[in-house]
Amino acid sequence: MAVESVVSQDGKKLTIKVKGRFDFGKHQEFRNAYEHKPARPDSVVVDLKEATYLDSSALGMLLLLRDHAGGDESDVRVVNASSDVRKILAISNFDKLFDIS
Amino acid sequence: MNQVCADVEALSVLIAEDGAADRLLLATIVRKQGHQVLTAENGEQAVALFAERRPHVVLLDAMMPVMDGFEAARQIKALAGEALVPIIFLTSLSEEQALVRCLEAGGDDFLAKPYSPVILAAKIKAMDRLRRLQATVLEQRDQIARHHNHLLNEQRVAKAVFDQVAHAGCLSAPNIRYLQSPYALFNGDLLLAAYTPAGDMHVLLGDFTGHGLPAAVGAMPLAEVFYGMTAKGYGLAETLREMNAKLKRILPVDMFCCALLLNLSFQRRVVEVWNGGMPDGYLLPASGGEPQPLVSRHLPLGILAPEQFDDTTEVLPLALGERLFLLSDGVVDTSDENDQLFGVERLRRVLAANRQPALLFEEVLQALDGFRGRSRDDVSLLDIEVVEPQLLSPPPVIYSDSGQSSPLDWSLQFEFRADTLKRFNPLPYLLQLLQEIHGLRAQSGALHSVLTELYSNALEHGVLGLDSALKRDARSFASYYQMRNERLQALSEGFIRVHLRVEPGPRGGRLIIEVEDSGKGFNVSKVLARPVSEQGLCGRGLNLIRRLSRRAEWVDEGRRACVEFAWEALA
Repeated sequence: MAVESVVSQDGKKLTIKVKGRFDFGKHQEFRNAYEHKPARPDSVVVDLKEATYLDSSALGMLLLLRDHAGGDESDVRVVNASSDVRKILAISNFDKLFDIS
Repeated sequence: MNQVCADVEALSVLIAEDGAADRLLLATIVRKQGHQVLTAENGEQAVALFAERRPHVVLLDAMMPVMDGFEAARQIKALAGEALVPIIFLTSLSEEQALVRCLEAGGDDFLAKPYSPVILAAKIKAMDRLRRLQATVLEQRDQIARHHNHLLNEQRVAKAVFDQVAHAGCLSAPNIRYLQSPYALFNGDLLLAAYTPAGDMHVLLGDFTGHGLPAAVGAMPLAEVFYGMTAKGYGLAETLREMNAKLKRILPVDMFCCALLLNLSFQRRVVEVWNGGMPDGYLLPASGGEPQPLVSRHLPLGILAPEQFDDTTEVLPLALGERLFLLSDGVVDTSDENDQLFGVERLRRVLAANRQPALLFEEVLQALDGFRGRSRDDVSLLDIEVVEPQLLSPPPVIYSDSGQSSPLDWSLQFEFRADTLKRFNPLPYLLQLLQEIHGLRAQSGALHSVLTELYSNALEHGVLGLDSALKRDARSFASYYQMRNERLQALSEGFIRVHLRVEPGPRGGRLIIEVEDSGKGFNVSKVLARPVSEQGLCGRGLNLIRRLSRRAEWVDEGRRACVEFAWEALA
């Protein structure tokens, strides 16, 4: 699986790991990672440690996730992004919407 | 064998065999298997029968009189065209060379004498599977081709409609060069340019998420807002707010548009920049040297709700011969076979090495080719040179009314107070009103420029109390505009009054514009006495106003500007 999702024991935190190229090809898998969960988690962590590349449709997917998680009220963090991936996030100024580290 | 008949669809099988006994034996076997049989005694008959009856499968004896099986196979394959008509050679030949000849002549299989009914049935069945597979492939290929043509046609129509909208602008201006794939629209790339009524130029290079139709649908409303608001005299900030709100409203959550917008004033030699999500654009110095990046400081359009949208622009001074260079992400995101990106550093080296502006695009493309072997088809490049405003000729505004009902004797006064000044630009409304005066329409460019200058002087130097000396050199320019934004956001009192008076004359008439502000005023005689050359970046405003109007004076210690325009009666 190129997209893995894990819910913490207390059910409050959902972690989604994306591996390889994060582009339109991962669309369905990425959505499956957070849709149809029994309860909405308080926070979502997107782990990009093993993501090599990110394109604009991946940015769109992050926006969908944020919307699903409650929009402006959501707590979505993007972690472990490589320097190339961070550059792409920075050009789009996504740090204004997501907590990126 | 009856078992086979049940699950094999009846085929028509052509048997060409010169031996009467073998022919009869084969015909009987094949018929028993439930197929229809056609028989021929030599290759020539076989070809003729094939042409007439188009059997599904052909059994060919290799050695026959008149025309042998090899030649017959070649002719039958030629007649069959793209459809697969399996040919099974009947042969007592056993040498390898002969069998190879059978296959080279177009045979698909062979059957050795003596004939085994079981093997023959199995071979016909296998060949029928191949035949059907080929037929399915051909059918699907044709279907795909039809869909593809359909799609191309739709794209052609969509593009034609869009071009009508997009080419309403001024991309053909003499100081603009651009490079864009003809179907860039379907890559989500968008390039728009238009003159404002004051003769400034608004430019947008945008990139929608995704490809194909979804990427193209947002372009139309975006272009309409861009052209509509630019033509009405709205500034970048208002246009951006409107575009963002519109895209936010109509696009799905995961779609947005990265965009870089410019407002170039060739008269005042400044450029206003807003970049949301596009790669750095560059301000290229006239004499070579370090390009100044135009950095993305905002989220792309269509993501933030209107109340969260940030329309803050940056303002940079321009000099003659400088150029603005914008590009889409197709350039820096081009990757080589090892997934290495072309990147910003390589691009900057190309920019720095450029000596002849006219060759810049070619040099960028060559660098991409050298890097990758082949460049992406979604590369958009735009190059705008800073020229004397006289070199540009904004097209005259086309008015649809007759002019008979033009009001000619009236006056109006507006007072815009702090809260309004903060977030509202009254100029488009005032300009709209003044366009009702037909005699003034020939001067509408000058009128727009003067009114814009008067208003921004009253706001920036008057109400906000900014010292124009701050704009004297390029370095302090940026801090001037930053201070302008800060003071405007914090504004709680002050006003600008605009008084318009239209008077008819014996032959024509005149318009008097008075703009008064709540600021401290300025030393009129001192500022106006400065030679033009010393006024530099800061003094151009007053100079421009005096040059474009018939009469201009400043009273009440510089707090009130009075400017007059006049016109002759229309023939």
